[in-house]
Amino acid sequence: MGEKPIKGEQKAFMTGNEAVAWAALAAGAEIMYGYPITPQNEIMQYWTRLAPKYDKKFLQTEDELSAGFTTVGGVLAGRRAFTATAGPGNVLMQEPMSMAEAMRIPTVVVVQQRGGPSTATVIYSQQEVTLTCFGGNGEGLRVVYSTSSHQELFDYTIKAFNTAWKYRFPTFVLADGYQAKMRESLVLYDPQEKGQKMVPTEAFVGKPGTPGEDRAPAHLRNTYNIEEELMDVLSKDIKEYEEMTPEIIEYEEFNTEDTDLLVIAHGIVFRSAAMAARELAEEGLKVGYFRPITLRPFPREELRKAAAKAKQLLVVESSYGQLLKIVKDNLYGMDVPIKTHLRPGVGITPEEVVADVKTILGEEE
Amino acid sequence: MDKAVKIALAGEGGQGVQSVAMILTEAAAMEGKEILYIPNFGVEQRGGVSIAFVQIGDQKIGAPKFKTGDIVIALSDRAVRRVGMYAGPQTVFIYDAGIEGVEDDLPENAQRVLAIPALETANKELHPRVFNILIMGAVIGATHVVTLEKAKEAIEKKLGYKFEQNPKLREMNFKALERGYEMVAGTGVA
Amino acid sequence: MEVLPKIPKSWNLETKPHKFCPGCGHGLILKALGQVIDELGIQDRVVFGCDIGCSLLSWDFFNVDSVQTHHGRTTPVMVGIKRANPELIVVAYMGDGGGYAIGSQHLVNAATRDDKITVLLVNNTNYAMTGGQMAPTTMPGQKTETTPYGRDVLEAGYPMMGPEMVSAISQDGAYVARGSVARFRKLKEYIKKALENQIAGRGFSFVEALSTCPTNWRTNAEQTWAFLENEMTKQYPPGELKTPTGKEG
Repeated sequence: MGEKPIKGEQKAFMTGNEAVAWAALAAGAEIMYGYPITPQNEIMQYWTRLAPKYDKKFLQTEDELSAGFTTVGGVLAGRRAFTATAGPGNVLMQEPMSMAEAMRIPTVVVVQQRGGPSTATVIYSQQEVTLTCFGGNGEGLRVVYSTSSHQELFDYTIKAFNTAWKYRFPTFVLADGYQAKMRESLVLYDPQEKGQKMVPTEAFVGKPGTPGEDRAPAHLRNTYNIEEELMDVLSKDIKEYEEMTPEIIEYEEFNTEDTDLLVIAHGIVFRSAAMAARELAEEGLKVGYFRPITLRPFPREELRKAAAKAKQLLVVESSYGQLLKIVKDNLYGMDVPIKTHLRPGVGITPEEVVADVKTILGEEE
Repeated sequence: MDKAVKIALAGEGGQGVQSVAMILTEAAAMEGKEILYIPNFGVEQRGGVSIAFVQIGDQKIGAPKFKTGDIVIALSDRAVRRVGMYAGPQTVFIYDAGIEGVEDDLPENAQRVLAIPALETANKELHPRVFNILIMGAVIGATHVVTLEKAKEAIEKKLGYKFEQNPKLREMNFKALERGYEMVAGTGVA
Repeated sequence: MEVLPKIPKSWNLETKPHKFCPGCGHGLILKALGQVIDELGIQDRVVFGCDIGCSLLSWDFFNVDSVQTHHGRTTPVMVGIKRANPELIVVAYMGDGGGYAIGSQHLVNAATRDDKITVLLVNNTNYAMTGGQMAPTTMPGQKTETTPYGRDVLEAGYPMMGPEMVSAISQDGAYVARGSVARFRKLKEYIKKALENQIAGRGFSFVEALSTCPTNWRTNAEQTWAFLENEMTKQYPPGELKTPTGKEG
């Protein structure tokens, strides 16, 4: 089936959006459905340019509702299907994603966060955390990976397909406009060449055989008649979600033994937090960091363990507390003080984190 | 910890700001450096000031944007007003000597403010079209982020297709690069 | 000799008798569809999508792979399936709301794109499942739960002429028709032609089926029939609006 898009390891210097398109190709994605919205348009633009060469399909839909629902359709047909969106498009995307959540349909969506609410800026934010993790009218039975570099955008876009098809929950790669538009280097590779087996897809509809004769028909629905019926379905889904959580959670931490201040951040802001923490640690300060890579499911026990050894926490994010809310929820019962550096829609530099930490620690003396 | 060099380059759309950034980062990539480059983008994409934020260093870059640049270069009056905010006590602020009416807008707190006759030189000695390559030379002269050799290789790589049609362009571009470099290298900023 | 009604082979007997109201037209439309699936021999290739509303009751109606979607989103889900696996024959089954209100942008775009799908839309002039509110197809003067004094076109606008609209915006290979449960043989013929159009890969196909809702119309059998045959056909003339060989059938 066509030539392989990537042979061997290739060092590349490109934008994040381009990296996503290549990752989807490398993962064996077969069809993308999408609707234009800044700052993720280039994902579609690269995909449509690469698609004819590698026998891939694309449909530009009339809006994000349709992009989401056609992606659901593509997955139902048993294909590795994906879409991408941002901001107001992400708001619309919650409707189809609710359906995916309800029916355990393994969709993959890349979200390039931009300022919010409403149209706001087309540039950057970390303000779609709540939306991506808990959007729609469900319980947030989803997997959300928050990336902080182009290498991760590439790695986790591939991983998203595998996580989705293995565990059957809608899976998201959460990045942002900075990651989408900036250029930095990464290594492209074919996962199969690295021994990573891609989880096979499976058709929900159109399997071989006549329904009712050779096999049972697929009767897929998301509507129930009585409360208890719904409860039965949700209980099963919740149980599976909780059971798979330890297999899925990912996080990163540094210098968490006996810390004076533990910095907590995700996504691109984590990079600034990490640089700051390492710099301060080198200066001899007892500063560490904790980074959730999966925002859903959240590495709760791991954060609690790290927070237990810290005198104070500092949550840093480009939103007015969307990560903070999740952190507090997961730390319930612990009385470690939490300081914050909240800048909705604005980037945060390592220098700013250093200054903040020094101020906080300076106050204590 | 080795800090990356932070460069903010701003001009009117069409002055070639992003092209310079692309070629510069290409050169840095050839030298195996760590690079992060992000253009500004906002609703005012068309008709606004074009800014390129480039960071080049030996270690992975921390964040896409920065508060204060090591080198800030402005190529128009709007650009001067727009990127003055990125100048700090350690910043070398360079602007084109031909820009008028910006005396009050120049950053007061910068380490050094330097006016270079880039546009005039390009127009008189070379060609208006290589103005941005001259600026690139100035950036290199001020920061030494890449060697002139690698810069020329990168220019060849990115613009070589134009040189095929008109070999004189190659010489002109390289000359512009060197002129820009000289303009700054002799001033003691680097 | 007893003549028993023939139940389509593609029907799922385990879910019969069905859940539609007595006198509802859905049963007849789905019987026509079932017979067509049988006659075309495509039971193993059909994917049946249904919307929210009374159409959702058909989610397990057939021995055919079926997906119940969100309101107005049956069209894009079926488009997504068809684009991913063109071998399948997809039928998007919906009511007037799912097609002409919340789903209208999807319908318009699928028709314009000439997606090779078949939309089968049931027009009973009201939102039945939710209790009988006005629908895009409610006729001028018609009383519904949200037009208790009769639909005033100055306030609430005019009825949506769906097949006429689809006919105007669709491509040459499209098939567009309006049938009625009162004229079963013709309705079945239209549905068959619509599916044949998809099987042949000629283009988009659309059939609106005029249908009955005695529950919300609050009519008895005789009145129901009269409303369908005498009133609705005045606003919504049955017939083929577009066949692949030309604009008029």
